[in-house]
Amino acid sequence: MASRVEHPVIGPGHTFATVTDKISSLVLTTKTPIGWFVGFGIAFLLFQLFLGTVTLLLAKGVGIWGVNVPVGWGFDIINFVWWIGIGHAGTLISAILLLFRQQWRTSINRFAEAMTLFAVACAGMFPILHMGRPWVGAYWLMPYPNTMGLWPNFRSPLIWDVFAVSTYATVSALFWFVGLVPDLATLRDRSQNKVAKVIYGMLALGWRGSARHWANYETAYLILAALSTPLVVSVHTVVSFDFAVGVIPGWHATVFPPYFVAGAIYAGFAMVLTLAIPLRKAYGLEDFITMKHIENMAKVMLATSLVVAYGYLIEAFMAWYSGNTYERFMMWNRATGPYAWTYWALILCNVGVVNTLWSKRLRTSIPYLFFVSLVVSVGMWLERFVIIVTSLHRDFLPSSWGNYRGTPFDWTMFLGTIGLFLTLFFLFIRFLPVISIFEMRTLVPEAAPKEEKP
Amino acid sequence: MSRPHGLLAEFHTPAEIVRAAEAVHAAGYRKVDAYTPYPMEEVLDALHLHQTHVPKLVLAGGLFGLAAGWGLQYWSSVIEYPMNIGGRPFNAWPAFVVPAFETTVLFAALAAVFGMLALNGFPHPYHPVFNVPGFATASRDRFFLCIESEDPKFDAEKTRDFLKGLGASEVSEVAP
Repeated sequence: MASRVEHPVIGPGHTFATVTDKISSLVLTTKTPIGWFVGFGIAFLLFQLFLGTVTLLLAKGVGIWGVNVPVGWGFDIINFVWWIGIGHAGTLISAILLLFRQQWRTSINRFAEAMTLFAVACAGMFPILHMGRPWVGAYWLMPYPNTMGLWPNFRSPLIWDVFAVSTYATVSALFWFVGLVPDLATLRDRSQNKVAKVIYGMLALGWRGSARHWANYETAYLILAALSTPLVVSVHTVVSFDFAVGVIPGWHATVFPPYFVAGAIYAGFAMVLTLAIPLRKAYGLEDFITMKHIENMAKVMLATSLVVAYGYLIEAFMAWYSGNTYERFMMWNRATGPYAWTYWALILCNVGVVNTLWSKRLRTSIPYLFFVSLVVSVGMWLERFVIIVTSLHRDFLPSSWGNYRGTPFDWTMFLGTIGLFLTLFFLFIRFLPVISIFEMRTLVPEAAPKEEKP
Repeated sequence: MSRPHGLLAEFHTPAEIVRAAEAVHAAGYRKVDAYTPYPMEEVLDALHLHQTHVPKLVLAGGLFGLAAGWGLQYWSSVIEYPMNIGGRPFNAWPAFVVPAFETTVLFAALAAVFGMLALNGFPHPYHPVFNVPGFATASRDRFFLCIESEDPKFDAEKTRDFLKGLGASEVSEVAP
């Protein structure tokens, strides 16, 4: 560790026992905080909105949404990309920061991974339901021997997307579960309740902390991190190919992959902050999620916002530099056309507000940072709206121009997935340890046997 | 009465278990296992337990995923149902790179996780060490070292005294 440490990664005075007891008590307590019920209740109501909308959607068809020619990709793709992007921070924290030996990842990786998993689940809803009758559409998504003898078109970026996202969901779930196994054993050993003991015992698979097991475990965990690192970069790259491989002005740009990946990490860190700030307050986790974590996340957000801003700049520059009439018109239309307000709102959110974080005073102000994290989430949603809608609604032929807006069902579907996400997240913080207990043990001072004083 | 599984010694600090593990290995015991609440490199070093077969399984899984992903795309697009889409070649290998990369990662990750679980013998709900009443603290803040009765040097009396001498706070016999 560097000598200039303002905030440690763990509060003072913690031991193996206190770390274990504090984190496991959140799950094993018999008294669920009233706030949990309130939060879960709201999330669950929103989730009903989702179920209701999906029922109507399946009964009536995608006509209840606002998508139509020329904007055939509306809220569904905006929301898909928004959710998938949010998921990226979890893998970045758990895999890339692990490989770089960033100790501050340890107390935020568990719930960031959970966030990834739930965000990918929400993302998956949109393309699947956009098929209208998803049970019929399976044959062109998944390569399986069907009675028509048809196979997916592997030359299409949409199929790459299916492979990338489903691999990402699977690997994230595996990574998350592997990380949980030793903590599930802790819960099994500490639970007083018979039923809980059996359930956690089954999930822990018989983990007993054997040195032989740790040797295999640590190797597997590191390899998973090394595999997830290129995977997470590939996922949003492939998502950007959905656009960049197309010929629509405003999509056909080589800057898309890095610009999308940076945007994903940016949005993801904003969501981690949105979740971490209330979580540490409500459960008194200030010793584990310290100001160092909060500030580092703010810095990552600031750094990635600059990459995203560079993306906006290059988009505008290339539109002019290409000399292509349609590209130039696209950019002009984006900045001054009917959706100009979304473009300028996006610039305000993602380039304006976030750059106030250069100030240390603002960066370390928890309420302000919470506000910025929400602004960034809105900004990133607007970014996808701008890319998708302003590019599609006025493309090559003025005769095929049109306008787009989401119907009430587009909105209930979007709010509904927020409900699904929060419902899953509330269940997660009630039933599983939100912070990796065994990794926190490695951070307490007594875990350094070689440096022990005589 | 059948033979016990072994003798389980309990230690209170990481430094003690590392010292004890080194001493046990030096004394010639080989059927030894340590139980710690978090991964400890020093204990692995002391007991010479660093070999793991996980990387080989991951390599095999990754190669399988690559071959399967590429094979699926080549077979379905070139052999089984060649379809002319915009005059592009049937064997559009640059396009095949992306799904093949994803299946490589997918199968490598599956091999890492299920390989690790299989090598560890999981799921394995019962193990003799769980019979020791204080063993539940191995997942909290206590460190255990178990010399198993299968070890040729194992002797109920002498091994117990040896472990006591290493500073174990408690040495218990593990019922089979």
